[in-house]
Amino acid sequence: MERSSTKLQPYRNAKRLNVIRYIFALLISFLYFSKSLALIEVDITRGNLDPLPIAVSPLHVDIKSEGYKDLKIKNLGDNIASIIEKNFKNTGLFNPLKKDAFVQKPDIAHLKPRFEDWRLIKAQALVTGKILIKDNKLKVEFRLWDLTAAQEMTALAFTTTPSNWRRVAHIISDKIYERLTGEEGYFDTRIIYVAESGPKNQRIKKLAIMDQDGSNTKYLTLGNELVLTPRFNPTNQMVTYMSYFRNMPRVYLLDIETGTQEVVGNFPGMTFAPRFSPDGKKIIMSFAKDGNSDIYTMDLDSRIVERITEHSSIDTSPSFSPDGKFIAFNSDRSGLQQIYVMRSDGGNVKRITFGKGIYGTPVWSPRGDLIAFTKMHKGRFYIGVMRTDGTGERLLTENYYQEAPSWSPNGRVLVFYRETKAGDRGEGFSAKLWSIDITGYNERRLSTKTDASDPSWSSLLSK
Amino acid sequence: MILLTVLSLPFMLREPIDLPPIVSVELIQISDKTVIPYAPKARKIIEETKKKEERVVSEQAPPAAKAKEKPDRIPLPDEKKEEKKIIKKKQNPEEIKPQIRQSSEFEKKELVDTNQIAALIDKAKEVEASEVRENNKITQSSKKNTFATGLTLSEEDALRAQIFGCWSVPLGLPYDQDLLVRIKLQLKKDGSIMKSEILDHERMNRPGQKFYKVLAESALRAVRLCQPLKVPPTGYDKWKDLQLNFNPTEMLKG
Repeated sequence: MERSSTKLQPYRNAKRLNVIRYIFALLISFLYFSKSLALIEVDITRGNLDPLPIAVSPLHVDIKSEGYKDLKIKNLGDNIASIIEKNFKNTGLFNPLKKDAFVQKPDIAHLKPRFEDWRLIKAQALVTGKILIKDNKLKVEFRLWDLTAAQEMTALAFTTTPSNWRRVAHIISDKIYERLTGEEGYFDTRIIYVAESGPKNQRIKKLAIMDQDGSNTKYLTLGNELVLTPRFNPTNQMVTYMSYFRNMPRVYLLDIETGTQEVVGNFPGMTFAPRFSPDGKKIIMSFAKDGNSDIYTMDLDSRIVERITEHSSIDTSPSFSPDGKFIAFNSDRSGLQQIYVMRSDGGNVKRITFGKGIYGTPVWSPRGDLIAFTKMHKGRFYIGVMRTDGTGERLLTENYYQEAPSWSPNGRVLVFYRETKAGDRGEGFSAKLWSIDITGYNERRLSTKTDASDPSWSSLLSK
Repeated sequence: MILLTVLSLPFMLREPIDLPPIVSVELIQISDKTVIPYAPKARKIIEETKKKEERVVSEQAPPAAKAKEKPDRIPLPDEKKEEKKIIKKKQNPEEIKPQIRQSSEFEKKELVDTNQIAALIDKAKEVEASEVRENNKITQSSKKNTFATGLTLSEEDALRAQIFGCWSVPLGLPYDQDLLVRIKLQLKKDGSIMKSEILDHERMNRPGQKFYKVLAESALRAVRLCQPLKVPPTGYDKWKDLQLNFNPTEMLKG
């Protein structure tokens, strides 16, 4: 405006109309001028969806470390790096590059990488680290570098007992995953499952627990009695499962750390399909009597038992929503087995599946907006997900026999088990754990020492 | 050596985190929604569109280098309006910026606004594109200086196709959030980058904007990986400042 008023000075005595015309003309010319100088904008709405190329340099082991000459210690850096690589590869989101192409020594790279060299091998991110063992404590530090920006993205250090080195590798993986995807990781977690062995008609079933990557397997029961459906407490210390101990099929509670076990409640009949409430304070399960089964909860502190459903049909497989307000379960009250959702007090029961076939084992996602399920249709089994109102059903995988999906703590991956068809005498039979992304891609078999079924994924061990 | 020491100092100062050897007892924090990235599904669609795009580019390439830009033609009355809209709206996001900073309440509204604007721009471009194509069919004789408003469509497409190859879209992103990253570039004559700036970069460090940060960083990586950018050999003054708007929404929806 200032500019226009100074330019108007010589015309001060002109008629008002002329002034307006002049201003108008000025405005037009200004518009034209600004148009020619307008910043060029280009919209980028597409990119490539290949996994991100990432280089994980072996961690440098400090020469001052205790027991440095020990081969185990010397190789610790390589071992941690390969665990991180394996974790990344399994996500399907990252592409860890081969070490043969690495151009810089781990110790130098950790201090200051030569970014241009790493860029040459097409890496976009680089992980470096250093290990020191002192006073019987393991100190691991790592840095994540953005190679194109030539800067550090994150750096952290951990101290722990040396035997804990695998967990450190998982925690580092989680931190990097979170930094690069914006989403929480799921590597520092465990999976509890039923380890199976022996011929099909004489299966020995034990409770087993392992790290998410299949290592550190431990057996929690001896295999003298049949065990089924172990489920983690969100607080991780406790597990609930069903056991045929003394031929009395009941729901049990097991403290992983102390090994103590107890029966849940005092039911005059079979209890099964247990699961914890999201706060870990209640167990929800089915109780069967006289051919009818209904859903009950038991408060672990007060031991008060509450009946949730009261129907002449078979109601089972209950699963709480993560806010604890709703329960999903399956029931055959409409004829065929379908999935229903109700309030946590048992009110407002709504059927949510209407598709062809039989639906079962609903499990609410830890993020709350999806329910995973097993579906059987024309003799084939499917694992799928749908919204909590039953819409948007997506079948992720189809097979001869598979069931029991369980969520990764970030709600991105499902683990389930799959059995193969056996011959007349049970030959060729196997049961394995598999995982799949909720996108329906990246299906992988989890490595277990024995055959396995009924997996349950823990939440993150450290946060 | 001093540089190295200085570089590593802030890191050394950080307290190492003590890891308890036993399993810690903490509840899972549960957010309201599961993030369902449909990304891999989008791959097919993208590949298809990529093919299409390539076709379009190659079809257009010869005439487009000489293609005539609107301001040099006598614009139709409708077109003129469209043009003004484009320019005004394009400037808007920057003007809005201070408001965005002030209040997160406004942020959503404003950002939704920019989306709509982006949509408008896109529409405008589509119209523009079809018109240019028609023009090319009718007359090839209209050779002109093309830089009155910047790049020709084929130049823009070439640049887009280049960045398409460099941009590794973070696959875990949610599809239902507003995730538009605008990067302003200052370019050298050879297309290499003198300066790059994320326009809402303060949003990156705000709590709850992890996905935005991840996306912004990926966009920056793409630009840096791609340099020197494929820019026209002439008209440096027009494109020395360039803004790239990265919007993965379409892709993530699959």
